[in-house]
Amino acid sequence: MLLRHTPKEIKERKALTVNPAKTCQPIGAMYAALGIHGCLPHSHGSQGCCSYHRSTLTRHYKEPVMAGTSSFTEGSSVFGGQANLLASIQNIFTIYEPEIIAVHSTCLSETIGDDLKQIIEKAREDGKIPLGRHVIHCNTPSYVGSHITGYANMVKGAIDYFAESTGKKADRVNLISGWVEPSDMREIKRIASLMGANSILLPDTSDVVDSPQTGSFNMYPKGGTTIADMVASGDSKATLACGEWATKDAAIKLENKCKVPFEITDIPIGIQATDRFVTKLSKQAEVTIPESINNERGRLLDVITDMHQYLHGKRVALWGDPDQIIPMVEFLLDLDMKPVYIVSGTPGKRMANRLEELLSEKVPEAKYKNGELADMFLLHQWIKNEPVDLLIGNTYGKYISRDEQIPFLRMGFPIVDRIGHSYFPTVGYMGGLRIVEKILGLLMDKQDAECPETSFELVM
Amino acid sequence: MSDKKKIELPDPSDIKEDILAKYPKKVAKKRAKSMVINDPEMDQEQQSNVRTIPGIITQRGCCYAGCKGVVLGPTRDIVNLTHGPIGCGFYSWLTRRNQTDPGPDGENYMTYCFSTDMQDSNIVFGGEKKLADAIREAYEIFKPHAISIFSTCPIGLIGDDIHTVARQMKQELGINVFGFSCEGYKGVSQSAGHHIANNRIFTDVVGLDDVVRPGKFRVNLLGEYNIGGDAFILEKYFEQMDINLVSTYSGNSTVRDFENSHTVDLNMVMCHRSINYIAEMMEKKYGIPWIKVNFIGAEATAKSLRKIAEYFEDDQLKSKVEKIIKSEMKEVKIVIDQVKPRLEGKVAMMYVGGSRAHHYQELFNEMGMVTVSAGYEFAHRDDYEGRKVLDSIKIDADSRNIEELTVVKDETKFRPELPEKKASLLEKGYRFEDYEGMMPDMKKNSLVVDDISHWESEKLIEYYKPDIFCAGIKEKYVIQKYGIPMKQLHSYDYGGPYAGFKGAINFYKEIDRMINTNVWKLIAPPWKNQPEIVAKMADVEY
Ligand code: SF4
Ligand code: SF4
Repeated sequence: MLLRHTPKEIKERKALTVNPAKTCQPIGAMYAALGIHGCLPHSHGSQGCCSYHRSTLTRHYKEPVMAGTSSFTEGSSVFGGQANLLASIQNIFTIYEPEIIAVHSTCLSETIGDDLKQIIEKAREDGKIPLGRHVIHCNTPSYVGSHITGYANMVKGAIDYFAESTGKKADRVNLISGWVEPSDMREIKRIASLMGANSILLPDTSDVVDSPQTGSFNMYPKGGTTIADMVASGDSKATLACGEWATKDAAIKLENKCKVPFEITDIPIGIQATDRFVTKLSKQAEVTIPESINNERGRLLDVITDMHQYLHGKRVALWGDPDQIIPMVEFLLDLDMKPVYIVSGTPGKRMANRLEELLSEKVPEAKYKNGELADMFLLHQWIKNEPVDLLIGNTYGKYISRDEQIPFLRMGFPIVDRIGHSYFPTVGYMGGLRIVEKILGLLMDKQDAECPETSFELVM
Repeated sequence: MSDKKKIELPDPSDIKEDILAKYPKKVAKKRAKSMVINDPEMDQEQQSNVRTIPGIITQRGCCYAGCKGVVLGPTRDIVNLTHGPIGCGFYSWLTRRNQTDPGPDGENYMTYCFSTDMQDSNIVFGGEKKLADAIREAYEIFKPHAISIFSTCPIGLIGDDIHTVARQMKQELGINVFGFSCEGYKGVSQSAGHHIANNRIFTDVVGLDDVVRPGKFRVNLLGEYNIGGDAFILEKYFEQMDINLVSTYSGNSTVRDFENSHTVDLNMVMCHRSINYIAEMMEKKYGIPWIKVNFIGAEATAKSLRKIAEYFEDDQLKSKVEKIIKSEMKEVKIVIDQVKPRLEGKVAMMYVGGSRAHHYQELFNEMGMVTVSAGYEFAHRDDYEGRKVLDSIKIDADSRNIEELTVVKDETKFRPELPEKKASLLEKGYRFEDYEGMMPDMKKNSLVVDDISHWESEKLIEYYKPDIFCAGIKEKYVIQKYGIPMKQLHSYDYGGPYAGFKGAINFYKEIDRMINTNVWKLIAPPWKNQPEIVAKMADVEY
């Protein structure tokens, strides 16, 4: 047994987190910054954080993840990190020549109280920022929120810095993407273009962390939201923000700064969340929903009606981020599956409220918890008390999966032991189809492997 | 192997200048001293273990990573509790590939991540109470053999006294509880964390269990972390030699074994950088001599095994060793003969860790490959130039903060027969504490680069056009985008083991696979140099 010390008996804990279902803010800021074209993320702190974040993102994408660090020493942690950041800015622009440096803080620089804004101002005054180059920033203290908070902060930081309003509205919608894969961002753009909606996607990690093998390395791959688009986002007629946790702050910022009205919608995972996304986008962009979208939706529904018997009533445990879990739970319910256990380390009362709305009638026995101490250890203990048929979450679930012999669908962050997430979306109707196909594969493979020979089926 | 072809390396002065030209003046001046054009005949000073320049894009991690991740990470019967916000603990959760074998019911907490998950109120009001509560809870749920605490950056700043909490908890719970002040900003790299880990294990663990274990010969293997199962391979050799391997620091290890590790007759040091401290301290306190060994490379393995047998001056042991070498070398030779024609003269570069960039050159040599440039991520001058420079290393402000323990002889546990043995062996020409470093083993004109930056590796790849490049996960896919196979020497790309004879064979085959696969040749599409096809395709509307 890999998790041999996890007891069935649940003791209340108030201080000890075991096997967390979240990580820290800066990695989210780093990921969001990768979705900006020509941008080098920069971690203002000791070099360990940056090394950890780069390594984790690299393992997840199997792609280059470049970022700088202020490389604090004990001295900087006593006297503050201003000198380190000033040197970093100068060195990075000289050596690596990005268009933008996106600075985020770390626990260390936050605890010291470094004022990023003021230091960047100083760098500008000192002539360390070449003309036409930019340094954006956000604060990401990891003792608040989670990796999702960091992502949200960086997206907001980018908009705060770049978005401008000329006073003339353009026939265009901003799409702010929550924390999803490059494949999902690509799919969101495809759906918008199928609908004929003129849009800007921010951030956009497609063509950045899924770049092709060409025999040459490009530090700033062709993807990512451009400066021009970020500036222009202030003139868009509306913003559709996908995923409340990761995008709401940015949408509000854009409204306050440039008077762009916004709507929040869930990340379009599953039928109903995609329905809402498509409907809202069609209204905001003032376009009709084309037949091709109806067809994609219809194909998803067709598969579900055909294969419903294998899904119905199956108990599921999930862990991950609220923005993904909420629409995923809704989708599982639409498949007549039972999401019985849910944890997320990302705090926010709204999550419990949304889950309550979704689950109270259909799965009254469901247990869920988010925020501090909502960890995978607790989830595993719930499973030990009453098992589930399927696990959905990041790679760390493979230990539970193996110990308890439960099929396991990898979704979320990080996925460091399989590929696919960067290339095949889970958003939209086509993404829904992929999720259903994967779930069916897992459940039916288990049936094939474990059923008595007498009832082994050829046709299923 | 002995039939090494004489390959002259070009003088890389120009490329060095080229690299430095891009840097701001101050940076160039500093980096110049970290890039040395090697002359194995000369004493050259290699700048190392100095601060990384901010913004440079380094491979390095932090002190915490060296302490918790490297040294303590592979030990299974201890709850390793990270005191800090969630990230540090999360990222070091199972991400090094230290295999372990707890048996069917042994204690193993390595699959768990324990954290105090500090919140902003804890940062403001202090986290000592939360830490104490977390330790209590860990004890109540898991009843582990021991609990240790690792401080992360913010903890040092807010001033939580983890050592007092540890003492109190030790008293309250009756198990061993101890803390590491391994805040990430200490030192200049993981290296500081190794030292801090060595110190605390030495003061709080080693020597707690005096029961001498059975066997004619007892040893510790220090600085072998069982990545990909390396230690498992070596354990088998010791079994075959009837040597009791009391503890390994720290691959496939337990705290229980560390407690007993002062009872051995010899310490063998693999990774000099991360673990020499404990070897030195054990010698001072208990009289145990240490030797440098290396089990990376078949020849190196044979040499090391012989050296161990020579230490014990036992003919039976010597003949056992010869038997192992003879039978294993047969297989080694078969595989070398297969791969050598395909690999001879191929060019390798490696920048990694604190010993592997040296040790792995052995394996490449055995295949007839040439290492043109190499460097460490967090080593010190002695790892480059040899221990002979130890006395001349200047201690700078960053290293001065890392505690250097004053160790004295333990009058009851010191074993005078061991230094006596050492003295008599020394007379016969046997060598102890003999690490000569990387540079004497490298060719003339090879370029030695400490703490290489991204910019430097880009330029060096252009210059050397290597057939294989070795580093860590952050570099992996950068290098491969150039169409150059990249071998991770931290995680072994989830392969291995590469230690010992069996490991060497695995490595030869792996490098052969990586360099000679067809896939690199497919990267350019067939129409790339046929403009007419491209032009026609561009006409097609989608
Ligand atoms: S939790 Fe804080 S200190 Fe730890 S890795 Fe994240 S930013 Fe760094
Ligand atoms: S916060 Fe400090 S201890 Fe944690 S990863 Fe960063 S540098 Fe290392």
